[in-house]
Order: sequence, then C-alpha cells, then structure tokens
Amino acid sequence: MSHATKATAFNKDEAKVNWHDKALWYVREKRDKSAHKVQGWEHLRQLGSSIKANVLSNLDDYLIQFEANAKKNGIHVHWASNAEEHNTIVNAILEKHNAKKVVKSKSMLTEECHLNPFLEAKGIEVIDTDLGERIVQLAEEPPSHIVLPAIHKTKEEVDVLFQKHLGTKPSQRNPEYLVSEARKHLRDKFIKADVAITGVNFAVADTGGVIVCTNEGNADMGVHLAKAHIACMGIEKIIPQEKHLGVFLRLLARSATGQPITTYSSHFNKPENGKEMHIVIVDNGRTEQLSRPDFRASLHCIRCGACMNTCPIYRRSGGHSYDYTIPGPIGSIFSPGKDLKKLAKNHLAM
Amino acid sequence: MKVGLFIPCYINQLYPQVAIASLELLEKLGVDVYYPQGQTCCGQPLGNSGYEDDSKGICQLFVEHFKTFDYIVGPSGSCIYHVKHHFDILEQTPEVQKVRNNAYELCEFIVKILGKTDLGASFPYKVGLHKSCHGLRGLKLGSCSEVQGEHYSTEEDLLNKVSGLQLMSLNRKDECCGFGGTFAVFEEAISSKMGKDRVQDHLDSEVEVLTGADHSCLMHLEGIVNRNKQPLKVMHIAEILNSTL
Ligand code: SF4
Repeated sequence: MSHATKATAFNKDEAKVNWHDKALWYVREKRDKSAHKVQGWEHLRQLGSSIKANVLSNLDDYLIQFEANAKKNGIHVHWASNAEEHNTIVNAILEKHNAKKVVKSKSMLTEECHLNPFLEAKGIEVIDTDLGERIVQLAEEPPSHIVLPAIHKTKEEVDVLFQKHLGTKPSQRNPEYLVSEARKHLRDKFIKADVAITGVNFAVADTGGVIVCTNEGNADMGVHLAKAHIACMGIEKIIPQEKHLGVFLRLLARSATGQPITTYSSHFNKPENGKEMHIVIVDNGRTEQLSRPDFRASLHCIRCGACMNTCPIYRRSGGHSYDYTIPGPIGSIFSPGKDLKKLAKNHLAM
Repeated sequence: MKVGLFIPCYINQLYPQVAIASLELLEKLGVDVYYPQGQTCCGQPLGNSGYEDDSKGICQLFVEHFKTFDYIVGPSGSCIYHVKHHFDILEQTPEVQKVRNNAYELCEFIVKILGKTDLGASFPYKVGLHKSCHGLRGLKLGSCSEVQGEHYSTEEDLLNKVSGLQLMSLNRKDECCGFGGTFAVFEEAISSKMGKDRVQDHLDSEVEVLTGADHSCLMHLEGIVNRNKQPLKVMHIAEILNSTL
C-alpha cells in the first residue's frame, strides 16, 4: 500500500490526526525552546555533523580501533554484514547461555533486523522494556516513531490494551495508574531475564565502550540483572573519542524531547565480574549507503526524531504510513536507499 | 536598469490580477519593466515530478526570453527558486548563469535591489502572512522558526510599512500549506488537511486577508477557504503592496 493510501486511512479520524499533530508539535516547541537557550546551538549541530563526516570518511580505521579496544576490555565483538547474520549471532549467544527469556531496551537496529520474530520463532521470550516499545509490542505493531514509539496511541487505547494483556483495571483516565502497572509488569520481566539486549547510541573508538541513552533506566536495569549483555550497533554509531560525547549528548536529548540530557546516559565499557558482554556490529546496507553520494549524509543521523516532530506530513499521516522501520523524513531518505527495488515497486503501484 | 517581468504560467492563466499588480507596482517604483511575450513556464512541474530531463527545452526557452535583462523579477518564490537552483541541468553558458544569478522574487527585488520598504501603500485590514517553503527555506526570504538566530523577514519588512495594515501573529509561523505542486495530487488527504489547518491558524489569529509571495500556496489555501465558505480573503502580496485603499 502506498504512503498516500495509508495516509488517507489515517485521516479518516480527523480528531485523532489533530491530536497526533498537536502532540508532536508540542515536542517540537519544547525542542526549540531548549535548543535556542544554548548559545552557539547551530555551531554545535555543525560540529556534530563534521565529526560524523570525519567518522564516515575513516570508518574502517575507527571500527578496527573500536574492536581492538573493546576486546582489550574483555568484550566479545561480532561482525554481521546483514540482518540475518545479526540475528544468527544473537541467537548463538543466547543458546550458549541457554537463555529462554530476554529483555531488550530500545533499539531501532533490532527492529530493522526483525530480531523479535526471529527469536520468538525459536521459543525465546523477548520483552521490550521501554514503555512505548512495550505498548506497541503488546499491540503487535511496529514503533511509529523512533523516539516516541507509541505516539500514535492515546492513553485510552493503552488502557484497553493493558486490560487485555496485563489484566489491569480500567484506569479511569489516570495515566499514572497505567505507568505503575507497566512498571510492576516490567520489574518481573527484568528479574527473570537471562540475557539483556540493548541498542547503542554511541560507540567510542578510543575506549571500546558504548553509550546507551534512555529516559527510563531500562537499559541499566536489564543489563545489571542479566547474566549477559548483547549490545547491537550499526557501523555508523562510532565516534572517535569520549570527549566528542559532549557534543552529541547535548544535541541528542534537546533535539529529541527538549530535555537538556536524557535521564540516563549509561556507559558500558566492560563486562561486570562473572558476566559476559557482547557487541554485534552490523552493516546491513550501510556500506552501500555510504558509497552513494546522494545518500551518504543520511548516515550522520543520530536518531533524535526531531525531523519527524517538525514534519507536517509525518504529523498528519502517522509513522506507520511510511511502511519503513524508520519512518518520516529521514526514513524516506534512508529506507528507499536501502531497498531501491522495493521503492521502484511502490512507485509503480502508485 | 532593464527588468524582465516573469509571470508564471498559472498566474497568467488563473490570476491575471496578480500579474497586473506586479507590473503596476514595479512601474510605480520607477522600474523600466518589460514583459517578454513568448515566455512560458519555468519547468518546475516537470522537474519536481522527476522529468527534469524532458524540461530542458522549457528551461532553455526561459533563458532565451530573459537573457538580455539586468534582472528577472517574478511574483512567485517557487518558480524563481527553480530558475536559480534547478537550471543547473542546463549547460552553464554565460547566458544561463546570468539568468540564474539575476532572477529575483518580487519582494526580495524591491527590498534588496531597489532598497525600498515603504512603497506608499495603504491597506486597512488585519493581514496574515503565509511564508512559503520555497521562499523561506529556498530563497531565504526570512528566518526559519527552528533555527537559532536573528529574526528577519523580507515580506514582513514590506507589510509593516503599509499604512493601516495590521500584521497578525500566527501560532505556527512557517508551517507548510500542503500544496507542494504534484504533492497535492498524489497525497490529496495530507495536502488538504495541511491546508485546512493552515487556514484555521489564520482564522484563529483573527486574520481578514491571507497573503504571501507564492501564489501557488495561496491558490491551494483559497480553494479550501472557498470550498468551506470561510470568512477569509486571499490576496497576493503584490496586490496589497499596490493597494491605496
Ligand atoms: S535525520 Fe532526523 S532523526 Fe536523524 S538526526 Fe536528523 S533530525 Fe534527528
């Protein structure tokens, strides 16, 4: 189905479109207010982009440096050229630990690789622990936004969903009740999990460590309770040195939600005593993207979601209308470049 | 200074009053204006739909008609943007370069080249300004709300000097109207919803007359206003600047 057809369907419920548009515009306004308070904000953005340009031009060296440093710290490093290899590697690690229960903190990469259905088919329980991710998981839907995965759902819809899946009582329009019930449900999953999977926001070549940014602390909770931690990252997540984090952490949360910084910026540099840490480095079309002059800059993306919040089309068509793992403006650049055949097909169908 | 007046095809066909106002306004300002008779479209609709290659003939024709002028001025930001930025598909002869470098959107020409903002106009209404994406982000006629820095706006500079005119402040200062040329055809649902929301913002802000420097946006918005019988008049900025009401 084309974007236009899906957008038409989304627009059948105008009140919901208005609500979706206003909710995301509110986030965009928060971003503007907080970003414009930072002196030299545009310079900071340019600096972030320049660092990324440097990374992409020297990616081979940085990746090897990153691998060597991570290994020195006792981390197992794996390379996956595509989604299938990524899933197979993750599954092999789980098998080694005889893991049947997995908690996952937000990772668009594992969405891109369709890791959940792959593991579930092997009888493994995978629980997304970011609240928004858990909501869409219960609804059996993909995320509709990269930072606010369940932004297309109203609290009334979440209420019904939780009653069905978590056995909650009707919330009487009280979102706090819903959050506290989700918390209880997730605590239980955290405690029983064998292995924790996380995404990666930044991977520091110089130290071999990775940084995961969350607002709910779910990455830490998962990693610290499980026997093993698997961090999955795209090859473009590299930054040269730890000091460059100062640029990106200041940009990321302000651009995403208007917060000065995410509540948790968790540094994972080595496994805890007696535990294992793995990093899976994934290409899955990125090298090809890098080789196309018109698409190369899309690899600068730090997945802040600001382009979605500001896009008047996205706000009125919803993330699912794009039919890509990453929706919205950047998704429209990133995803067709990854699958030009699918795009050609969509255009013919239009 | 010899100026070639470029009247985009859709203005020529559907909004002759905008073309007349542009001509009268420039003449009033003492400019030596010519209207090359054989002119047609700038090629934008083809280029934007992926038929850039097929549009080369139209672009070349544009250059033929306007190459002798010191400036090329048109009342449409998006067409001017097309000439300035997308005529890169032509062989860059001195003539092509001259036309690209000297093409100006009407407001920008008046403010930047003529150095005037007070044009002696009067228009006693509450006006809402629609900033087109091509004008704002392409031609940089004003600052964008998401970018940090000094606020500026070419069209506001002109409207603020119109006697009796009250420029109303909008809730969303530079949101797209949803027209987007062929976007309106291929993405009808989103396009009309965006237009509807834009009109509503002007109504909520007590605007009586909605204006802008890109008549294609205005065409889209006026269509919605008419269809929904809303109390809003839509006029091109040239008509307001040429007004002595
Ligand atoms: S492309 Fe979008 S998600 Fe990526 S960094 Fe830019 S605004 Fe953020």
